[in-house]
Amino acid sequence: MSDSDTHAIIASFPDTPSLYHAAEKVRDAGYKKWDTFSSFPVHGMPEAQGQPRSKVPIFTFCGGITGFSLGLSIVWYMNYFDYPLIVGGKPFFSPVFPFPIMYELTILLAAFGTLGGMFITNLLPQHHNTLFNSDQFLEVSGERLLIAIEARDPQFDTQSTRAFLESIGGTDIEEVKS
Amino acid sequence: MSTPSQDSSMSATQAAIMAKVHPAELVEQPLVTNDRDFNWVTNKICRIVETPTPTWWWVCMAVALLTASFTAMGLTFLVSTGVGVWGLANPINWGWAIVNFVFWIGIGHAGTLISAVLCLLKQGWRTSINRAAEAMTIFAVVCAGIFPLFHVGRIWFAWWLFPLPNANAIWPQFRSPLEWDVFAVSTYGTVSVLFWYMGMIPDLGVLRDRAVQRLKAGAYEGAGALAKALDIFRKYFYAIFAMGWRNAGNHWRNYEMAYLVLAGLSTPLVLSVHTIVSFDFAVAQLPGWHTTIFPPYFVAGAIFSGFGMVLTLMLPLRSVYGLHDLITQRHIDNMCKICLGTGSIVGYAYIMEFFIAWYGANPYESFAFINRGFGQYSWAYYMMFGCNVFTPQLFWFSAVRRNAALVWVMSIFINVGMWFERFVITVTSLANDFLPSSWGYYSPTIVDIFTFFGTFGVFSVLFLMFVRFLPLMPIGELKYVMPQGDPHGHSGDEKGGQH
Repeated sequence: MSDSDTHAIIASFPDTPSLYHAAEKVRDAGYKKWDTFSSFPVHGMPEAQGQPRSKVPIFTFCGGITGFSLGLSIVWYMNYFDYPLIVGGKPFFSPVFPFPIMYELTILLAAFGTLGGMFITNLLPQHHNTLFNSDQFLEVSGERLLIAIEARDPQFDTQSTRAFLESIGGTDIEEVKS
Repeated sequence: MSTPSQDSSMSATQAAIMAKVHPAELVEQPLVTNDRDFNWVTNKICRIVETPTPTWWWVCMAVALLTASFTAMGLTFLVSTGVGVWGLANPINWGWAIVNFVFWIGIGHAGTLISAVLCLLKQGWRTSINRAAEAMTIFAVVCAGIFPLFHVGRIWFAWWLFPLPNANAIWPQFRSPLEWDVFAVSTYGTVSVLFWYMGMIPDLGVLRDRAVQRLKAGAYEGAGALAKALDIFRKYFYAIFAMGWRNAGNHWRNYEMAYLVLAGLSTPLVLSVHTIVSFDFAVAQLPGWHTTIFPPYFVAGAIFSGFGMVLTLMLPLRSVYGLHDLITQRHIDNMCKICLGTGSIVGYAYIMEFFIAWYGANPYESFAFINRGFGQYSWAYYMMFGCNVFTPQLFWFSAVRRNAALVWVMSIFINVGMWFERFVITVTSLANDFLPSSWGYYSPTIVDIFTFFGTFGVFSVLFLMFVRFLPLMPIGELKYVMPQGDPHGHSGDEKGGQH
């Protein structure tokens, strides 16, 4: 029975511990499409929100493997296969002497993978989010601490969700319209 | 620090022992002093970029641009004439160019050390200095890059350093440490930029939201149209680089993981960069260069010089912007102690080099070191030894560490000393090698001096731009280490258990 143009309901919390404990209650109430908002990372918040471990390291690993193989293969291709260079009687190819190349490329591509992974897992860049329509939401950049429950959550109901947020200590409750 | 669960599980005997020995309470100095709140921190950092440009900034910028023009002059003359305008001549074919390159690369190391190594070691005090130190790293790498790039002579062929297909169908030679250096330094520069940028995304979001808030409030009557135009510019400029960041718990979860992983990647990177720079020397079979002590000794020296430069930059910024509650005496103490530690490692390396030169019983090696101490460049050696070994020893005294002006002067001595270290290493070994008939004496030309002097201007221009347009400190991380940011009350225990 929610209004069709309601995007989410937001509620503010006075301090970090109350935000943390409220998040645990929202998690336990079984909501799925919701999030906390604070201008700083809150220690232990992923557990309080019931979120799994971040997937970013998978991207790092893929980047690192790519970098290592790339380093190994360019040295083999360039100094052994395509244009063998005789330098000081050293072998054309060995995995030892170009180790710095492999090492640096591993780190380089793993770092790109990490940054890219952070963007992909966070679904960024994003041009706009309806939450930005709320003046209260902009104040998160200062010291406001928020919980937002989105209308697309299966349990969402304008009245009962509002009452629930009030019951866990939320104040300044606002419906963000799209 | 003990957690409540450990306290409760403590056996009766342990409790009895604890009561007997009266363990002293270790009072931890707060990282943000005077009990400031979140809004104060946000305003303090954001107003640096939001208020009108102060006069001192314009003065410094003018001086920096003038200084930077010396590099432009030196390089223009070099490119239009040839690399012979530098003081390089047989047998000294690596003069100031490599000295300045190693000097600037070394400066950069403190930034990565603070952002990566201290992050992994859960040193909360890194938060207020890491952003500026990372910026310093990037700008120092820019300055460092100028020298090898122009030393290749025909700068328009500098891209041959990279393994790119070219008309000669020839590739770089990967057995050379100089080629390893190309990869190390370019990776270092790139990863430092990624790390710096990623750390800045939440703060760019804060600046964006503040501009939007002011535009919505529309209170520009007194300030005029320019203030409004600037806020419109800020809204779009910071919004583009903030990438739609919205401070969500889910964002922070992935961000924190990415930050931790990047710190884990940057730690081996920072150790490898100066190691590979030292390979430029150590792989050559020249007395005084061909030693295994070089990699650790170069890395320690780099961190030493980098922290010197961080102190040189942060102490004036702290007093200009009144950041005493964020960069506290504890921060200065810690930086001084790192200078003391790494400076002592460097001093140990100097002495150990002499010992090994004698103990190794290689006549060329012993000559190289006797020549350093008593030869034609002994003045540079004493300059280096005095600045790098004796100066930091004063940091043992807390009275010295508490005197900001004195610390600043000493940080300049460290910078000077570290430049001379690279000069001593590079020039003494080359000037007096195996055959006395080929010995020479190296002097820089005016073009060398112009180019190097100007890089301080290049560095300052970039750093002033950073201070003016980007958030000087990571606001989110500062709030994280404040007591109000702790979700388990104001205890401060367990902080940083999982970053």
